[in-house]
Amino acid sequence: MTDLTSLTLAEARDALKAKTFTAVELTDAYLAAMEAARGLNAYVVETPEIARDMAKASDARLAAGQAGPLEGLPLGIKDLYATKGVHTQACSHILDRFKPVYESTVSANLWADGAVMLGKLNMDEFAMGSSNETSHYGPVVNPWRRKGSDVKLVPGGSSGGSAAAVAGRLCLGATATDTGGSIRQPAAFTGTVGIKPTYGRCSRWGLVAFASSLDQAGPIARDVRDAAILLKSMASVDPRDTTSVDLPVPDYEAAVGKSVKGLRIGIPKEYRLDGMPAEIDALWRRGIDILREAGAEIVDISLPHTKYALPAYYIVAPAEASSNLARYDGVRYGLRVPGSDIIDMYENTRAAGFGAEVKRRILIGTYVLSAGYYDAYYLRAQKVRTLIKRDFELAYAAGVDAILTPATPSAAFGIGEKADADPVEMYLNDVFTVTVNMAGLPGIAVPAGLSAEGLPLGLQLIGRPFDEETLFTLGAAIEKAAGTFSPAKWW
Amino acid sequence: MNMAVRTPDPKKMIKGATGDWEVIIGLEVHAQVTSNAKLFSGASATFGAEPNMHVSLVDAAMPGMLPVINEECVAQAIRTGLGLKAAINLYSVFDRKNYFYPDLPQGYQISQYKQPIVGEGKVLLDMPEGIVEIGIERLHLEQDAGKSIHDQHPTMSFVDLNRSGVALMEIVSRPDLRSSEEVKAYLAKLRTILRYLGTCDGNMEEGSMRADINVSVRKPGEPLGTRCEIKNVNSMRFAAQAVEYEARRQIGIIEDGGEIEQETRLYDPGKGETRSMRSKEEAHDYRYFPDPDLLPLELDPSWVDSLKAGLPELPDEKKARFIGDYGVTPYDAMVLTLERASADYYEQVAKGRDGKAVANFMINELFGRLNKDGKGIEASPVSPDQLGAIVDLIGDGTISGKIAKDLFEIVYTEGGDPKALVEARGLRQVTDTGAIEKAVDEVIAANPDKAEQARAKPTLSGWFVGQVMKATGGKANPQAVNDLVKQKLGIE
Repeated sequence: MTDLTSLTLAEARDALKAKTFTAVELTDAYLAAMEAARGLNAYVVETPEIARDMAKASDARLAAGQAGPLEGLPLGIKDLYATKGVHTQACSHILDRFKPVYESTVSANLWADGAVMLGKLNMDEFAMGSSNETSHYGPVVNPWRRKGSDVKLVPGGSSGGSAAAVAGRLCLGATATDTGGSIRQPAAFTGTVGIKPTYGRCSRWGLVAFASSLDQAGPIARDVRDAAILLKSMASVDPRDTTSVDLPVPDYEAAVGKSVKGLRIGIPKEYRLDGMPAEIDALWRRGIDILREAGAEIVDISLPHTKYALPAYYIVAPAEASSNLARYDGVRYGLRVPGSDIIDMYENTRAAGFGAEVKRRILIGTYVLSAGYYDAYYLRAQKVRTLIKRDFELAYAAGVDAILTPATPSAAFGIGEKADADPVEMYLNDVFTVTVNMAGLPGIAVPAGLSAEGLPLGLQLIGRPFDEETLFTLGAAIEKAAGTFSPAKWW
Repeated sequence: MNMAVRTPDPKKMIKGATGDWEVIIGLEVHAQVTSNAKLFSGASATFGAEPNMHVSLVDAAMPGMLPVINEECVAQAIRTGLGLKAAINLYSVFDRKNYFYPDLPQGYQISQYKQPIVGEGKVLLDMPEGIVEIGIERLHLEQDAGKSIHDQHPTMSFVDLNRSGVALMEIVSRPDLRSSEEVKAYLAKLRTILRYLGTCDGNMEEGSMRADINVSVRKPGEPLGTRCEIKNVNSMRFAAQAVEYEARRQIGIIEDGGEIEQETRLYDPGKGETRSMRSKEEAHDYRYFPDPDLLPLELDPSWVDSLKAGLPELPDEKKARFIGDYGVTPYDAMVLTLERASADYYEQVAKGRDGKAVANFMINELFGRLNKDGKGIEASPVSPDQLGAIVDLIGDGTISGKIAKDLFEIVYTEGGDPKALVEARGLRQVTDTGAIEKAVDEVIAANPDKAEQARAKPTLSGWFVGQVMKATGGKANPQAVNDLVKQKLGIE
């Protein structure tokens, strides 16, 4: 038998239906791969017993001809998702030993469709970070290395565990979340495909909140088809999340392989940054060429408020986070560090429980919402947000079907490389992705080539609201021309 | 801003060493919405369960939990707004009010800050000098907090989250009130309106209605003074006491050359005084911002219209109708309409009868008796039919007013059909002039001195009427006795 972990999710699905192997065999192959890859630190918790029980149940359903769309397919779940009875801490010390009595809607959708849970994936603490270095459980190592180097690189963040696990063949696909680029940036850093759907496409119920108006669930997968299959199962309207949207979920997989002929692709000039590495620019041109050759029409567009997106994002997101994280007070669950009185207990608990980056964002958020500063910061940032949204609306109204940009301003960097840098340097990783969250639009990151150092680089496609299908169609066209990318196994 | 301007009324002012002071009062009333479930969760909102039995994952602020608005609570807020003759805002926004406290699991209270669901309205008070209009500035929906319990353990406090997330309406008045009497009248009227609407049970003892009272003082005609807020007052009597104390405290400070500091105070009913809770400098910065978990609340105007169509008749309208339809005095109409149940009772009795007579009998006899027993009209042992029968027996002269009181007491304590009781117990009024005449003659004959005095001073004839009534066991028709006494004494 070939290595079962080399199959894509779609291939494994078809093989299970053809009874080429069993769900238990497939699951065992992944559990073995996870054990062998513990040095990557992609998983914070492995759940082999749950995985085998679910796989057995899947085999029974496969045998009975009652297979769901994801029957028997082993997945990794980002630690931000509430999983009933299983470690759920958003990789924070403050949620020590927290095991919810409930299951997030998105993961419940996956299990209802037959998927198998392998474990919980590492991430930046409370999804705050772009390198997975803020996790209480330590950094994740990118399965990719520079040519001829054994320097350990970051997988990006915050969904670094998800991206590394998919790239390293430690799961068939993974759930992730994206508040400012946390799906797309790590996907780009690991040669995987990640899509952040339109705000409201997936339920946020049971996702540990970072910034409620920006957070959105999505998959990281090996290729565009796999991402389409996973999103179909993850997406749903949910009466428990009133920001989720009641629109039918299309058959995204059917969009993969469709012709891009006649689609108008906007190229926003504001995404060409000063000092952007030449190979990022070259990758962008390559993407333009691929789509043009496939029959798409390329048009130059302007999104004039782009440069304000990152500063505005770093007001809105911390503001919401400062409030969302107030519930971690040591009173009801998670970490409690005793104190002489209630205030002392709060202070001790939150001082010990939150890492430096989380504290920084809580401080920023508290500041921008304070009396006397609210209008100058939060209100202004919301106005900027409206303008950014309007930029996109105008572009789409002018007939553009999707927008093509680089996914990140660079390839993956070394672990600890930016430890002493200004935090803003880390924030700049999200410069191409935050606009999409600010506008609530869908965005997909697709690998399109390798850097001179042999590291994957990704392109981003931004779509109209709820038009994820066009993104899958375009992403598949790029993938068809550029191929897929796998790291050589060294771990 | 629609500041209702009130002419300073010296009768409402407080005398200080330097002259009269006008007291300016505004109230924020927190009224618990009558609903089965909480404002943003499905947990029960009923009172009195064991601690932490009515707590959902949302109420406990578990990670990843989201609020979902309870439509019935929104409907109740709209009904209340309509009952306060207020503008209903078809677009309103829920905000987060951020502060840390153990009985506030989320670390923020979901409330409405800049865009409340209900705008300006009014409440009319029946004061001795006439109707006083109090402006309502706004009404908004918000979550209640849980309860911290500090007396169960030597070193720890306990938290009960049963109330956490229960829907409250905060009803904010304009600073239109001018005396502790008006404060009492306002709270009573608001309570009446809420109970009519069925949107709050108005039970202050159980904390269903609590008031924050803003008090300031000024010399008539001067600009508003610095105000102090008295927090969380849970009875009408305490509210009035707190205002009296606080106004005098402020006057004393100013007259002694001091200045009022804006602060939050607490009323201590035991000591009868207010004391400082926190100063303006210590005030929280609540960092209000729109709750990103909740979309703005957009109301369908036709839904608001249907709620309006379903409103019951409100106390002011009912009162006006009682005056018009039944000829009762404005005061009686006010008393009868204080509770919807009383008004309903009254109408059942008054239909087809003398409304004034029914009102008199209800207010004097029934309400008095129920009051004595601490009972509400719902628990009245005398049904509207029984009461109506008693009034009928007075009306057709079968019994006298005095006998009616006795009969009422029998019906109240023993029950039974009033008409049958009159027969069975021989309570029928004696209208037989012969019998009365005989009694009158006897009394006059036995008291020649008194008869002489009465002839000289006719008002003394009342004594003879009393004696005759006594002799006939109260069953004689008083009018007939009166006539005969005068006739026999020759003082026509």
